[in-house]
Amino acid sequence: MNRKKLTIPALLAAGVLVLSGCATDSGELKLTVPDVPMKTALGEFEGELNIVNWSGFVEPAWTDKFTADTGCVVKPKVAGTSDEMVTLMRTGDYDIVSASGDAALRLIVGGDVAPLNLELIPNFSDEIAAGMKGQIYDTVNGKPYGVPIGRGANLLQYNSDVTGEAPKSWDVVWEADSPYAGKITAYDAPIYIADAAVYLMYHKPELNIKNPYALDETQLAAAVELLQQQNKIVGEYWSDPVAQITSFVGGNTVVGTSWEVLKKFAAKENLKTTLPIEGSTGWYDAWLLSTTSPNSNCAYAWMNYTSQASVNGAIAMNFGMAPANIAFCSTSPEAQAHCDQFAAEDEEFFSRIWPWTTPIEECVDGRTNVKCTSFQDWTNAWVTVKG
Amino acid sequence: MRVIEKAPARAISSYLYRNPKARLAGLLALPLTWLIGVYIISLFLLLITAFWFIDPFTSKVRPGFTLDNFVNLITVPAYFATSMRTLGIALAVTVLTILFAIPLGIFMAKIASPWLRNFLAVAITLPLWAGYLVKLLAMRLTFTEQGLFNWLMEPFGIRGPGFGIPVTILTLAYLWFPYMALPVFTAIRQLPNNLFDASADLGAKGWATVFRMVLPLITPAIIAGSVFTFSLSLGDYLAARFVGGTTQMIGSIIASNISLNPPVAAAFSMVPIAFVVMYLMVARRTGSLERI
Repeated sequence: MNRKKLTIPALLAAGVLVLSGCATDSGELKLTVPDVPMKTALGEFEGELNIVNWSGFVEPAWTDKFTADTGCVVKPKVAGTSDEMVTLMRTGDYDIVSASGDAALRLIVGGDVAPLNLELIPNFSDEIAAGMKGQIYDTVNGKPYGVPIGRGANLLQYNSDVTGEAPKSWDVVWEADSPYAGKITAYDAPIYIADAAVYLMYHKPELNIKNPYALDETQLAAAVELLQQQNKIVGEYWSDPVAQITSFVGGNTVVGTSWEVLKKFAAKENLKTTLPIEGSTGWYDAWLLSTTSPNSNCAYAWMNYTSQASVNGAIAMNFGMAPANIAFCSTSPEAQAHCDQFAAEDEEFFSRIWPWTTPIEECVDGRTNVKCTSFQDWTNAWVTVKG
Repeated sequence: MRVIEKAPARAISSYLYRNPKARLAGLLALPLTWLIGVYIISLFLLLITAFWFIDPFTSKVRPGFTLDNFVNLITVPAYFATSMRTLGIALAVTVLTILFAIPLGIFMAKIASPWLRNFLAVAITLPLWAGYLVKLLAMRLTFTEQGLFNWLMEPFGIRGPGFGIPVTILTLAYLWFPYMALPVFTAIRQLPNNLFDASADLGAKGWATVFRMVLPLITPAIIAGSVFTFSLSLGDYLAARFVGGTTQMIGSIIASNISLNPPVAAAFSMVPIAFVVMYLMVARRTGSLERI
């Protein structure tokens, strides 16, 4: 094994952080959310903007110009997990957050973030990928709360030296008789329960799961049972990207959930990704504005600035995800290559992805006759999965 | 009569000389502010959360009083199993470090040349200078499927255990070894050489000398060292994450609940405290805490 070679992608990946998200067509779904007023007109810039963000989202390469244009000095605070983001936003010290869908809905129903006036964000236009607009994770009761940044799918990564062909189904990571038992990796967070639900939607239609983020108690129990079955064949859970990359590169893991960008950092010919027939989950990130932000003019200017193709593309390339503004793709051959690798313009691909969404008691699939399990229930269930 | 010029510093000094209580207060003010204001209060604020509620809707913490979080520690099988597993791992780490430290200590203190002794002392303490995460990743790379261990052992037909509880124990033993090795070495060094001679004169072989003479005399040092290895292992969670495979420890549950469900995390942080207090009470009876 070439250890030196390994450390380089590992260090690169150290900057990559854990994301989360959610999705369905909102339709007639009505959720109970606090009534927070929307901004109606822009005023003077306040000179300051405090951002909670994923590593790589806020860099001098694009903040310097923003500060020069508006006078708003950007103060970023990097968070490592969605939960940390929620905690930070609730302190009231921050104006804006690059939340994934699993954090977004929690903040919306908690009244921590405000609905947005899209007329004040002219760059939020037709160029934003269709699949990132109006999704349940950041659009509630027809009101938009988020400005899309980018997205990524949770794909099945496999070592083709061992598996040969690409696995057609997620069954290689779920079924007790998997040929790769002991060499499987799974994502280490409660939101991974949704991946079990996606698998059950396809293989156990009698459970009647319509949305992997709207599970009643019976459906959650079935998902947990599947996860407990998986626990016996999992070699490692991962939440740290470095650990996941070294696990695949070092041969401990043969199949498991991954992101396109992790495969890129692993930089091994025999590591490939595929989207199996069941579909999958994914993380969709959006800027959300704090209800109590004292710098909302700067925040609106920031959301508008980062929605333009060049800046949005720079963020997406720096982080390793599909940009929300697909106009970026045609700006250069390099940009096109990036968009192609991350399927940025492939709505058919993303139509098979369920964006991470916070599970809440009101079923996001529109059912009103049952109470769904909340993220708190998922958190408690996750501990019992790992035993 | 000479007039004494009193400089301000002199004035303070003579005031303190006349007022022993003010002297004591001045001496202790700073450390006590730190100990109570920062150290104890922050810990207390964390632990009190264990009695609070979590709002299932927004995941926000609400003050109140409930013992549910503690009842769950016992009644939820996964929680109970995790506590017991962590206790087992911490005890195994402690035993392992003792097994390594005693022969090494005897060799260093009584057999090795001064040069070799200094070299070994540096070799033991040197890893303390490296970052904790660096050491974890080093162990991870060593025990990975295509890593150093499997490569070295392949000719002998031996394969590494893979990431799991054994490698977690080994890694924690590696991390905390200096805390055991140094007190044990120091204690053995203080044993007079003529005790070893007397033991041999009375017909004791090597093992008998170790078990009947060395071990009883260095027990306080072993217990002092084990307080560190035991309590540090109980609280660790990164080792389980990086080399534990699917192993879940108390720290793993605290880490994953600290944002999601602070009351459960706080209740769980009481468990290692309870274990360590029990351990210290046992250790105190031996009188060895005075040696730390």
